[in-house]
Amino acid sequence: MDSEAARLARAPAQHAEGAPVIELAAVEKTYPSGTRALAPIDLAIRGREFVTLLGPSGCGKSTLLRLAAGLDAPSAGRLRWWGQGFEAVGRPGQHLAMVFQQATLMPWARVAANVRLPLDLARVARPAADRAVAAALELVGLAPFAASYPRELSGGMQMRVSIARAFVTDPDLLLMDEPFGALDEITRAKLDADLAALWGTRALTVAFVTHSIYEAVFLSTRVVVLSARPGRVVAEVAIGEPFPRTDAFRLSQRFAAFCAELGGLLASAAEA
Amino acid sequence: MSPESSRSRLARYAAPVIIGVAVLALWQALVVAYDVPKYIVPSPLAVAQTLVADWALLGRSLAVTLRMTLIAFAVAVVLGTLIAFVFVQSRWLEASLFPYAVLLQVTPIVAIAPLVIIWVENVEVALTICAVIVAIFPIISNTTLGLRAVDPGLADLFRMHRASRLQTLVRLRVPSAAPYFFGGLRISSGLALIGVVVAEFVAGTGGHAAGLAYQILLAGFQLNIPRLFAALVLITLTGVALFLAMVWLARLALGRWHESELAR
Repeated sequence: MDSEAARLARAPAQHAEGAPVIELAAVEKTYPSGTRALAPIDLAIRGREFVTLLGPSGCGKSTLLRLAAGLDAPSAGRLRWWGQGFEAVGRPGQHLAMVFQQATLMPWARVAANVRLPLDLARVARPAADRAVAAALELVGLAPFAASYPRELSGGMQMRVSIARAFVTDPDLLLMDEPFGALDEITRAKLDADLAALWGTRALTVAFVTHSIYEAVFLSTRVVVLSARPGRVVAEVAIGEPFPRTDAFRLSQRFAAFCAELGGLLASAAEA
Repeated sequence: MSPESSRSRLARYAAPVIIGVAVLALWQALVVAYDVPKYIVPSPLAVAQTLVADWALLGRSLAVTLRMTLIAFAVAVVLGTLIAFVFVQSRWLEASLFPYAVLLQVTPIVAIAPLVIIWVENVEVALTICAVIVAIFPIISNTTLGLRAVDPGLADLFRMHRASRLQTLVRLRVPSAAPYFFGGLRISSGLALIGVVVAEFVAGTGGHAAGLAYQILLAGFQLNIPRLFAALVLITLTGVALFLAMVWLARLALGRWHESELAR
């Protein structure tokens, strides 16, 4: 991934552009049990944005992402993908992928077969699929482990398999639900850096859920702060820091300032 | 291989063998010491001698019992798996049919066997049916449970990628069910044997198609206790062999990925 980072260093800084990739208009979610997960939420994520949803535990961040993935339907309000209904998802240039909190791998399938799953389900021909799998594994640095079983890998490596599986379809919108929450701090920082580099190399829009302020500041072009349940947007902070971002950014004054600002917002959000 | 693991392997295989040999030796010693008549408790050696001497008779009966057991087991596996697949197609279907599967399970086979034997003319077929009734339940319940025990995250993933019903079944439900299914096989194989033996006790018919249970029955009437023991040994060995075969099969199928089959 180092060579990619070097290539990135020469690439111009990215900016949000174009029409919203995903748009939520007055979206609410109340579960059958009566739990109100989301208060009316309005949110638009534009092409090439890396938007992080930051909020206290149980603020409905994951619910929001499930709605965005089409896994749940909102109780009220409307979601649009590329300006259309969910049926538009999957058309050329409108691919969606999701990375879950757990690696969510099939324990009975080797790493390569796990990564190939989305292509198999879409009935992509085997040679083309195998090429895409090899490229995706290369991307996350797991090419030597193609024939391993998930349980033979560490938690961090399993998560990278999960990310390779998301990237294998060359998605245009990537949803990530606290993907590194279960990992140790060092692995997490490493994967954050890899993800930031990956994002920079492609025309990819990311919606990322986390409750880590540091992760949010390091990765995002924009941070959306959600309140405690029922979740609603309390603040938005643009992180106007050029990419690629490195450990130098983590140690900078600006990083600390962003963290302090978001920390304050998050504290008030938890009380609200 | 580290010394610890070779020592633990030794303990795993040698310890039960030592216990077995010790018990047999004690048995032999007690029978000899107290001069127990062999029509009450025969010595292990006497049983072994009978096993060899009566092999023509016992071997034929073993073949009959084994054939019925294997056919019953195979039918139970195929039928049970099919029923499980039907069950998971809809909760409604399962809710309406599962109680009857339970009914079948809780009714003692001894109580049903006479009816089956009356209804079905061919005794061997009747006994096999009884064994199927006993052996099918673990297959149905375990496979149903397994087909439903799908990681919700993976289910979401399949749904997100718009997997068809068939794709979800083949690529997700069936592999998820495999460990449960093999657990069911282990129980069911033993039950098929028990079903055949119990049903034959009830039927009590002999002739050339006599199984091991009939030999036990007959040996009991004739006070030929060494032969009774010999037949008993053969039934036990058959049960153990079936169990080991299922363990081996499960290891073959799940070995690389499932926790239950990893070397400890």
